[in-house]
Amino acid sequence: MGSLETTASAQVPGEQLERMYRSMLQIRRLEEEAARAYVQGKIGGFLHLYIGQEAIAVGTEAALRKTDWVITTYRDHGFALTRGTSSRAVMAELFGKDAGCSRGLGGSMHMFDAENRFLGGHGIVGGHCALGSGVAFRSKYLKTDEVTVCFFGDGATNIGGFHEGLSLAGLWKLPIVFVCENNLYSMGTPLDRTLPARDLTDKAPGYSMARDRFDGHDAVVVQAHMSEAIERARRGEGPTLIEILTYRFRGHSMSDPGKYRTSEEVEERKAKNDPVRVGRERLSNAGFSEAAIAAIDAQVEEEVQDALKFADEAAPALESSMREFVLAGGEL
Amino acid sequence: MTQKNMVQAINEALRLEMQRDGRVVVLGEDVGKVGGVFRVTQGLWDEFGDDRVIDTPLNEAGIIGTAIGMAAYGMRPVPEIQFADFIYPAFDQIVSEAAKYRYRSGGEYTCPMVIRTPYGGGIKGGAYHSQSPEALFIHTAGLKVVCPSNPYDAKGLLAAAIQDDDPVLFFEPKRVYRAVKMDVPDEAYTLPLGEAKVVRPGEDVTVVAWGAMLYEALSAAETVEAQGISCEVVDLRTLWPLDLESIVRSVEKTGRIVVVHEAPKACGFGAEILQLVTEQSFLHFQAPPARVTGWDTPFPYTLENEYLPLAHRIVPQLIATANY
Repeated sequence: MGSLETTASAQVPGEQLERMYRSMLQIRRLEEEAARAYVQGKIGGFLHLYIGQEAIAVGTEAALRKTDWVITTYRDHGFALTRGTSSRAVMAELFGKDAGCSRGLGGSMHMFDAENRFLGGHGIVGGHCALGSGVAFRSKYLKTDEVTVCFFGDGATNIGGFHEGLSLAGLWKLPIVFVCENNLYSMGTPLDRTLPARDLTDKAPGYSMARDRFDGHDAVVVQAHMSEAIERARRGEGPTLIEILTYRFRGHSMSDPGKYRTSEEVEERKAKNDPVRVGRERLSNAGFSEAAIAAIDAQVEEEVQDALKFADEAAPALESSMREFVLAGGEL
Repeated sequence: MTQKNMVQAINEALRLEMQRDGRVVVLGEDVGKVGGVFRVTQGLWDEFGDDRVIDTPLNEAGIIGTAIGMAAYGMRPVPEIQFADFIYPAFDQIVSEAAKYRYRSGGEYTCPMVIRTPYGGGIKGGAYHSQSPEALFIHTAGLKVVCPSNPYDAKGLLAAAIQDDDPVLFFEPKRVYRAVKMDVPDEAYTLPLGEAKVVRPGEDVTVVAWGAMLYEALSAAETVEAQGISCEVVDLRTLWPLDLESIVRSVEKTGRIVVVHEAPKACGFGAEILQLVTEQSFLHFQAPPARVTGWDTPFPYTLENEYLPLAHRIVPQLIATANY
C-alpha cells in the first residue's frame, strides 16, 4: 500500500491537485451553506452532509472517465458535484426548487443527473447495490469498457440487497467497483455493535472478487487505489470490493446531535484527517503560492454564493410535476 | 394463425420482442437452459444465448434490482419471478426503486421493465404457490399492472408492456396456462394497456373479473342466464391504470355490479373498483355493489376449491344482486 501512495504522489501534476482541492472545497463550502440554510428552514426534511469524506468522491472522480457511472447512497451531494452537476442544480434541489437536478421532487437524498451518468442518490440502504450491477451489465452487454462505481455505507453491508447485488456482479464478472465508505458509525451506533467483521473486505472472496482497504482522507491516495480497481474492471477482470476508512465531521443528518461520540474524538479526526486541509497542503507543497490558493478559494466562494442566491430565488417545484413524473407521458 | 395456449403465446411474444429489439433480455431462476419452471421461456436460450436469456441464482431482490439498473441504462429487461408468492423479497426493489425512479429523479431516469410472474390458485400449491398479490402493486404509484385471461390477450399485452416506458407487473394466471387454447396470430401485434373488454354483453348485472376468475364469472353468468338474469361480463385485462370508463358505462346500463377476484377480500382490488364506481354512478345503483373473493385467510392446500371464488360461489351472489 505504501509504495502505491508514494508513486501516486510523485506523479500527480499541479493542475490535477488544483482540480481536486477546488472540488473538495466546493463540496465543503456548498454543504456548510446548505447546513445554514437548513437551520434557517429553507431546506426541509433530511440533510446528510458529506463533510469529512470529500476526498473519496473527488479521488474517485479523478480515476473515472465521463462515460463511467456512479451510483450511491443518500449522502450524495458530493457525488453529484464531482460528476458534473452544477452547484446551482444541487442547491436548488436541496431547496426543493423546479430548477433542481431532480425537479425538486427528490431533495437531498435523491440527486440524479443522466447527462453526467450519475445514477443517484438512494435512501433505501443497500437496495441500490443490485442496481449498480444492472448498469454494469448493460455496459458489458454493449461491449463498452465503461465501469460503474457503486458506493454504500458500512451499515449497508448487513442488508440483503448488498449481498444480492454483489453475488450477481461476482457471478457475471461485471465491470463494477463496490466501495464501502466506512465512517465508523451506522447512524449512531459504532461498528463493534453492528458488524460481525472488522475488515469488511473479508466478504470479497465469497463473491470471488478482488479487494482493497485503505484510508480515504487524501484524494491523491484515493485516486491511486481507485484507479487500480477501476482499470481492473475496465479490462474485464471483474469487480472489486473496497473498504475506504473515513470519518464524517458532522452528525448522521442535521437532526443528529452526535452524542454517541465525544467532541475530542471528532476534533482529533478533524485535526489529523481533514481532506480539504490535506488537499491544500498538497497544493502548497507543489509550489502553489498562498495568493494562488486564495484565488481558488475566492472562486469557489463566489460559485457557492451564486448557487445559494439562485436556489433561494428560483421558482418552487411545480405542483404539476407531482403527477407528471409518475408514469410516462404524465398520464394520471 | 395457429391454436396456442397461454404458455405458447407468451413464449412467442417474448421471442418476437427479443428479435425486434436487442435491448430486451430475459432473466430469472431457471429461465435459461431449463426454460422456466412452467416452460414459458423454453427455446429462448437456444435462440438468444447466455447474453440475453440469463439464468440467475435464487435472489429475487438481486434479479429485480439488476433489472432496474439495466432499465435505467436503456435496456428492456423482462425478469421472471418464478411464482408471484416469491415476489416479496423483491418488494422493496419494486416499490422503492422501480416505481419511483421516474418520479424521484424528476424524469432524469425511467424504468421500462416487465416483471412476469405466474399467480393464483388451481394447482394445489398451498400457501406459497397460489397467491394473488396484485393489490399491493396497484397501491404503489408508478407501476402498471396487467393480468391477461387468454392466450391472444397475453401475447398482445405482453408485447405492449415490453414496449411501454414504465415498469409493468405482468401477472399470468397459471391455472389458465395450458387449460385454454385459441387462435393466436403467428406474427407480432400489441394490444393497448389500460383497456378493459366486455366479453359477454348483458343487461341486468355487471360482473368484473380478470385472469383465471374470468372463466368462473362467465360460467356463473351462463348458469344464471337460464334463470332469466342477463350478466355483462367485463374482463379488465389491465388492472392499473384502470379502465373505469368501461365499467361505469356498463354499470350505468345494468345498475348492478359484482367484482370477482381470487385475492383476499380485505383491501382487495375489488374494494377500490367498487368505491370508484360508487363515486361516479351512485344514483344508478339498483343493488349494493358486491364482491365474491378469496377468504381473508392464507391460501389453503386441500381446501383450494372452497377458497377460490368459483362459479358455485358467484352464482348465489349474482342471483341476490339481481333480485335485490
